[in-house]
Amino acid sequence: MQGFIYPNEFELHWGLLVVLYPYITGLVAGAFILASLERVFNVKEVQPTYRLALLTALAFLLVAPLPLLAHLGHPERSYEIFLTPNRQSAMAMFGFVYAWYLAVVLLLEIWFDYRQDMVLWARQSTGLKKWVYYALALGSTDLSEKALKFDDSAGRWITVIGIPSAFLLHGYVGFIFGSIKANPWWSSVLMPVVFLFSAMVSGIALVLVLYMITTMFRWRRIDMACLDKLAQFLFYAMVVDFSLEMLDFIHRLYESEESIEILGQMIESRLFISLIVLQIFMGSVVPLVALGLVSPGLRKGGFVRVPPELKQFVYFTAAVLVQIGIFSIRWNVVIGGQLFSKSLRGLTVYKVELLGLEGLAMTIGLLALPFVILWVLVKLLPPWQSDEEVAPA
Amino acid sequence: MTVPEQPETVTEGERATDGAVDRRQFLTEALNVAAGAAPLVILGVVRIPAAGAQEAAGAVDQDEHNYAMGIDVNKCIGCARCVVACKTENDVPDDPEFFNTWIERYVIRPNGEVEVDSPNGGIDGFPPLDEETDLRRSFFVPKLCNHCASPPCVQVCPVGATFTTVDGVVLVDDEYCIGCRYCIQACPYGARWMHPEKHVAAKCTFCYHRVVDGLVPACVEVCPTGARIFGEVERLATPLARFMRFNDVQVLKPHLNTRPKAYYANLDGEVR
Repeated sequence: MQGFIYPNEFELHWGLLVVLYPYITGLVAGAFILASLERVFNVKEVQPTYRLALLTALAFLLVAPLPLLAHLGHPERSYEIFLTPNRQSAMAMFGFVYAWYLAVVLLLEIWFDYRQDMVLWARQSTGLKKWVYYALALGSTDLSEKALKFDDSAGRWITVIGIPSAFLLHGYVGFIFGSIKANPWWSSVLMPVVFLFSAMVSGIALVLVLYMITTMFRWRRIDMACLDKLAQFLFYAMVVDFSLEMLDFIHRLYESEESIEILGQMIESRLFISLIVLQIFMGSVVPLVALGLVSPGLRKGGFVRVPPELKQFVYFTAAVLVQIGIFSIRWNVVIGGQLFSKSLRGLTVYKVELLGLEGLAMTIGLLALPFVILWVLVKLLPPWQSDEEVAPA
Repeated sequence: MTVPEQPETVTEGERATDGAVDRRQFLTEALNVAAGAAPLVILGVVRIPAAGAQEAAGAVDQDEHNYAMGIDVNKCIGCARCVVACKTENDVPDDPEFFNTWIERYVIRPNGEVEVDSPNGGIDGFPPLDEETDLRRSFFVPKLCNHCASPPCVQVCPVGATFTTVDGVVLVDDEYCIGCRYCIQACPYGARWMHPEKHVAAKCTFCYHRVVDGLVPACVEVCPTGARIFGEVERLATPLARFMRFNDVQVLKPHLNTRPKAYYANLDGEVR
C-alpha cells in the first residue's frame, strides 16, 4: 500500500476470475466474427477454419459464465438475474445477451451448418453413435436439395444477425466497465470499442493457433493461403485495436484530469510489466512489426519474403504473443482499475492466491476447460474437410 | 425499480434497538437532572435526538420523509466514537477493512502537500504529528454512505437487491444480494464493503432500524461535539434544515452528479 486508500478499499473486489471472464468472451466474439468472414463476406481463403472457429466460440462460450459464477458471493441466487433483472443495470443484461448469443446465434448456426453431416453420420454409424447424431439432428433428416438450400440460407442469415450479436456480447462487457463513472481508469466511451477490437484480435489469433496445431496433429498440410489471410486479418484488427488503445492513452494524457497523477503512478509502479512490457511491447508492437513484415497485410507476399516454415513460425509466435497481450489487457483493465484508491491518493496491491475459489489453480482450470470441451466437440462434430490431401511424411 | 414498502432488512437491527432506547432514556433523564447541561443543548454542543421526535416512536410515516445528514467538519475532533458506535450498533466486523463510517485526518503542509490517514477508521486514534510547526492546517472528516439521490450503486445492481427506500435511504437486501460486488465498484466514495460472513454487500443504513422508530443514527447520537446532524432535506423544522440555512454546504465529488445527501459544512477543497 502506498499513500491513502479508503478503509473499505483494502480488499480488492474483482480478482483473477473477473479478468478471465472478458478474456473468454472476447475469444468467443472474435472467433465468431472470424467465422462470419467466410460466411457473410465471402472470404473463401479462411474456409478451412470456419467450422473450427464456430466450435471454438461455442466451447469458450459454455465456459464464459463459470468464472462469474465462482466469483459470486451467493452463486445459488444467480438465477435472480433472469427472474428479476434490474433494467437500469448493465450487468443485468448479461443473462439475456448470453442466452441470445448461445441459443439463437451459435447453437442455431452450428446446427444448420452441421445438419446434413449429422444426418449422413447417423446413416453411416451404428449403435449409440447413430442415435446420438439422430438426436443432434433433432430428427430432421430431410436431405432434399430444397432442404439443404434452406440450411444454407438460414445459416447465412443467422450469421448476419450473429455479427451484431457478437459485437453486442463483447461491446457490452466493455460497457460494464466503461460505464462506471466512479472509476476514472474504466470510465471511457472507448471501452466497449476497444474491447470489441481486442476481441477480434484475440479470436483470430486463437483460431490461427488452433488451426496450426490441429492441422499438425492430423498430419495434414497447412493451407498457406488460409494462414496468410488469417494473419492479414489479424494484422488489420491489431492496427485498429492498437490505434484505439493509443487514442485512449493520448486522450487521457492530454486531458490530464485530476486522476492523471495517480494513474501515472500506477502505470509506473504497479502495471509496468503487465501494461508497458506485456500489453504494449510484447503483445502489440512485436507482433505488429512481425506481421507487418511477413504477412500480406501491407504488401502482397509481405515485405520480407521468407520460406513457408519460417512464416508459419512467425505467425504462430505472433499469435501466441497476442494472446498474452490480450490477457494482459484484461488484467490491466480489471485489476488496474482497482489498484488505485477512489480518493486518488494512494495505491494498493493485488496478491493472487494459488488455491481457493478465486485462485490461480481455478483460473488455469477454467482456461483449460474450453479446450477439453472443444476436443469433445471436434470428436463429435469433426470440422475438417474430407477431401484434404495428406501431407507427405 | 420496485421499492419494497417495508424493507425487511432492518429486522436484525430492530432487535438491537431495545438497548438503544434505554440509553436514550438514560441520556434524556441525565440531561434533565443536570441543570448545567441546558446551555450545552442550546449551544448545540449536545443535542437531544430531534429528527421525527414530534412523532410517537414506531409511528413514523415513511412517505413524508427524505433523510439526510449534515456534517460540520470544524466540529469533528476525530475521537471516532461514531465509528465505534456504528460498529456496535450495526454488527460491523471489528476488522480494520469494514466500515460504514470512518474518520479521515487531513494534514496539509506549508508547501501544500496533503497527507491523509485513517488508521482503523480512526478507532485507535491518530498518530501524533511529528512537527506541528510544519503544518498549514489539519482537520478531521467523517465519511459515510452519502445516500445519494442518484445512487450509482442502485443503478448497477443487477437484481435490484440494493434500493432506495421511500424515505431516501439506500439499503441492501441481505436475502437478495447475489454478491457480485458491482455496487462496490460503482460507489465513488468507498462506502460499501463485502460482508465476510454473509457474502453480501454491506453499507451504512443511516441506522434505518432506529430512524423508523423516531431515533437518530447511532453515530449522531454519540457524537460529543454535534458534528453530525441528522434530519430531512425538505422539512424546515429539523436540525438539518437549520444547519443548511446557516452554513455553506458542499457535497463530495459533485461532478459525478450522484447528488449526495451527506452535506458538509466547512469542507476543505482537498477532501475527496
